Amino acid sequence: MTDITWASAAEIAAAVQSGKVSALEVTEQMLAVIDKRNPVLNAFTAVTAERARKKAKAVDAVSNKAKLPLAGVPFAAKNLFDIEGLPTVAGSKINRKRDAARRDAVLIERLEAAGAVLTGALNMGEYAYDFTGENVHDGPSRNPHDPERMTGGSSGGSGSAIGGGMVPVALGSDTNGSIRVPASLCGIFGLKPTYGRLTRAGSFPFVGSLDHLGPFARTVRDLALSYDVMQGFDAADAACADRPLESTTPFLEQGLEGLRVAVAGGYFRNGASPEALGALDTVAKVLNAREVAIPEANRARSAAYVITTTEGAALHLERLRTQANDFDPAVRDRLIAGAMIPSTLVVKAQNFRRWYRDAVLALFKDCDAILAPATPVTAPKIGQVNFTLDGVEMPVRANMGLYTQPISFIGLPVVAVPVPLKPLPIGVQIIAAPWREDVALRIAHALETMGVAAAPRPAL
Amino acid sequence: MADKLDDFIDAAAGALDLPLEPAWKSAVKANLEVSLRHAAAYADFPLPDDAEPAPIFKA
Repeated sequence: MTDITWASAAEIAAAVQSGKVSALEVTEQMLAVIDKRNPVLNAFTAVTAERARKKAKAVDAVSNKAKLPLAGVPFAAKNLFDIEGLPTVAGSKINRKRDAARRDAVLIERLEAAGAVLTGALNMGEYAYDFTGENVHDGPSRNPHDPERMTGGSSGGSGSAIGGGMVPVALGSDTNGSIRVPASLCGIFGLKPTYGRLTRAGSFPFVGSLDHLGPFARTVRDLALSYDVMQGFDAADAACADRPLESTTPFLEQGLEGLRVAVAGGYFRNGASPEALGALDTVAKVLNAREVAIPEANRARSAAYVITTTEGAALHLERLRTQANDFDPAVRDRLIAGAMIPSTLVVKAQNFRRWYRDAVLALFKDCDAILAPATPVTAPKIGQVNFTLDGVEMPVRANMGLYTQPISFIGLPVVAVPVPLKPLPIGVQIIAAPWREDVALRIAHALETMGVAAAPRPAL
Repeated sequence: MADKLDDFIDAAAGALDLPLEPAWKSAVKANLEVSLRHAAAYADFPLPDDAEPAPIFKA
């Protein structure tokens, strides 16, 4: 393993399985990279070095490593995932006083059962109510392609750690775009699975109706490898679907034959920068995508917005009453406003959600996947409040999720693929029908093979 | 509307026992205005009376 910073999980696992390198050697090298790069990128809020060494030794002691698809693969998790022995801070100051978690989040357990090695916890926007990757308590996670720029949020540390070569696999969460936005800004692949596919047990929630967990990686195969070992029913998450395991790795190389791809028009082109449209059109062209209209996407985004702010407020109501001054002020003010929304408007949002789901699912009778931009712009500067498009000034925070919110609103699986524009990459969403992560991953893999999608390597 | 919303925010903060320091109020109001604008975008969308909300409880 000559270049640990840009090795894929698949390459590391193969090298560990064959005995070319030990899991402990990989771990030590990765920890050294984290030590060197984290002071610049601020992706990690905790490095679990001793735990990682212990786990790596345990992997090395396994006689049949072929049984471990992620043998010795370092990974890290957004700090809303429970990590045994640490308080689950979820990007907040308030949660630092919580008791240390007594066991890992289930997805961490499943990755480690496959041989992966947890190296730490990752920075995030407070309580996941964020699209920037900034954090008033821990400082902003920084974009590996330009540390003066945002990672995107709220899984900003995950984007920074993967794009910055500090781990090949990371976990994040996505309520309105928090996997797809940092994937786009940091130039990496991200998978937001179908709502209910991956168990959320042992993670700090935000909006139960919309919360998803999923992986980030620099290759599609690594997304698929990690996603496959994390599947499986878990009664501890009330939303987790009781479905059989549906492996995706065996189908990655099936190519595009038989797949009908569409590209979202209308709403999904409005407000997009030339970079976002250029990346989308490039991908659409190679996939022969025809334009399709996703009906009422604007209303869908609005309904997602209201469900988010009200469920978020409900979750934090008691903390708002007793510890209001310990919140990030921007998060606090949004949540207080959310607590004041009449419940009738929330019920109407959920009524609309069912209508919209049926309307969008009907589109999948004529296509297998729909393309859309992941973000309207490439990474803004840290602290930037507005961006200007066609002479119109728009707030960064509210608009980074413009194209992701109407999709997670109805739980569709999405792979965000990076288009390596210069100087900054930008992502495209590949949206599939519910439970068809395999389709989105197959298309992403085909784009990667064609060289249209790739995680660009930053000069670090 | 602006005055009514100010009154509503004061009343809601009191009724819900939410802290609302004077310095926070303009930001809370701005956020509430945004949320209510979003709500207005779908609240008038015509749906039949028997339209079910998305999350259905199963016993």
